[in-house]
Amino acid sequence: MTFEASMERLEAIAARLEDDELDLDTALALFEEGIAELRAASAFLTRAETRLKQLNEAADGMFRIDDLRE
Amino acid sequence: MTARRRGGPPSPSLGALELFGSDAPPPPKVEARSASRAARAVPPPPPRDARDLREAPRRAVYVEEAIPGATPGSAVSVMALTATARDVLEGAFTPLWVRGEVSDFKAHRNGHWYFCLRGEDAQLKCVAWSRERRIPAPPDDGMQVVALGRLTVYPARGEMQFSVTRMEAEGDGLWRKALELTRARLQADGLLDTARKRALPRYPRRVAVITSRDGAALRDIYAVVQRRCPSVEVVLVPAAVQGDSAPESLCFALDQVARWGDADLVIIGRGGGAREDLWAFNDERVARALANCPIPTISAVGHEIDMSICDLVADLRAPTPSAAAEAAVPVQSELSERLRMSASTLSALASERVASARTSAADRARDIAGGAARRVDRCRLQLESSAGRLNALSPLATLDRGYAIVRTGEGRTVRSIGALQPGTQVEVVVRDGTAAATVERAVPNDQSARPRAAVTGTES
Repeated sequence: MTFEASMERLEAIAARLEDDELDLDTALALFEEGIAELRAASAFLTRAETRLKQLNEAADGMFRIDDLRE
Repeated sequence: MTARRRGGPPSPSLGALELFGSDAPPPPKVEARSASRAARAVPPPPPRDARDLREAPRRAVYVEEAIPGATPGSAVSVMALTATARDVLEGAFTPLWVRGEVSDFKAHRNGHWYFCLRGEDAQLKCVAWSRERRIPAPPDDGMQVVALGRLTVYPARGEMQFSVTRMEAEGDGLWRKALELTRARLQADGLLDTARKRALPRYPRRVAVITSRDGAALRDIYAVVQRRCPSVEVVLVPAAVQGDSAPESLCFALDQVARWGDADLVIIGRGGGAREDLWAFNDERVARALANCPIPTISAVGHEIDMSICDLVADLRAPTPSAAAEAAVPVQSELSERLRMSASTLSALASERVASARTSAADRARDIAGGAARRVDRCRLQLESSAGRLNALSPLATLDRGYAIVRTGEGRTVRSIGALQPGTQVEVVVRDGTAAATVERAVPNDQSARPRAAVTGTES
């Protein structure tokens, strides 16, 4: 799940939670899902150093990304 | 590189020029290759000096006859002369820049260009071979240009010819013309429509960078990403960004990015350089490959003033590689803030939901309790009315009308004379009391006109 997808899901969850007609079970399930998304998104933000990689294509067309030394 | 270097053409070989002005020319200074060709066409004259010719005329006649072209007898062929002239000319001039006005331009079907360069009272026939020239666009007649070429002779026509490989017009006219031609073709195919521009991902996870591995662009982009949002991964897709192989290399890198499919965004570009060095980013093939890229694209070519065809095609044009990186990635602290906001919104909404659920549960409980009470009341009323009806139907009511009920000792109501034998203990129930009695005599109906049992007893 990318950060962008997580953020979008969070916004969708918030929008649904604003709906008063929502039954409590669904609301709680959404809340739990929201917490999971928050965790995933936060994990993305914990990296402190940008990874610099290089795309390499093998003869069979498979791609690999390797570290690139600065 | 040399295209920018307008500071005077390389000077032609002075030795060769002296050749034409000298009374007693030394053997022409030609390159080794040309020299051998010249030797083949015209045998080199035997060694001689002026004193020999003056002092020994007889011998001079002999010698002159041996010099090709010196006498009718030693006339040389046209081919030999023009070939020698070509070799002399080619040997005399290194490639040089010439200034003039283009006229009589013709692009031949075979791809070669033919034209004249005119000066005040002179003209120079020119050719630009399709495989040799590095000229962005065909010049127009009347254009003031400088052309880099090599002076030669075209023996078939007996003409002196300037073989042009590079050309620059005043005010970058040729570059502009080439750009306009490419731009018009792309526009015709709709590749420059603003409606084609895609939005960049707000939170890219991985940014592909198509540039040279050793260039400043990669370092600049990396530095900006590291500063703004270190969580984002930068993946170099190496490509040549200048030179003849650059367009193909850039196309290949774009194709790799498309096939790899695991980047959210691609930045294509390079740092600043001479107009020629940036030219690959004006290549039509590169522009088309960029337009076909399945993920959003940012082009960042050169400095702010440089505008390339790639800039027009990309989803976003950034003035520099650093600016491209700024546009590509958000600021991480802002993301963290967003996330905090999102978390508090979420928990606020959730607790609101719980609270409202609790309230509505309480309401419902009250509803249910109220409903139950009403229901009990209704039941009670029903019961009372049922009781009334029950009472009305009760056999006990008949006692009021003077009937009596006879019951056996077990409390069973007597319905038949068969249950009454003389001596049977019975109860007689009347409206206001019960009497115990004993049957004295029992007579079934078929034995007596009136069915009856005689009982004796005491009231209870």
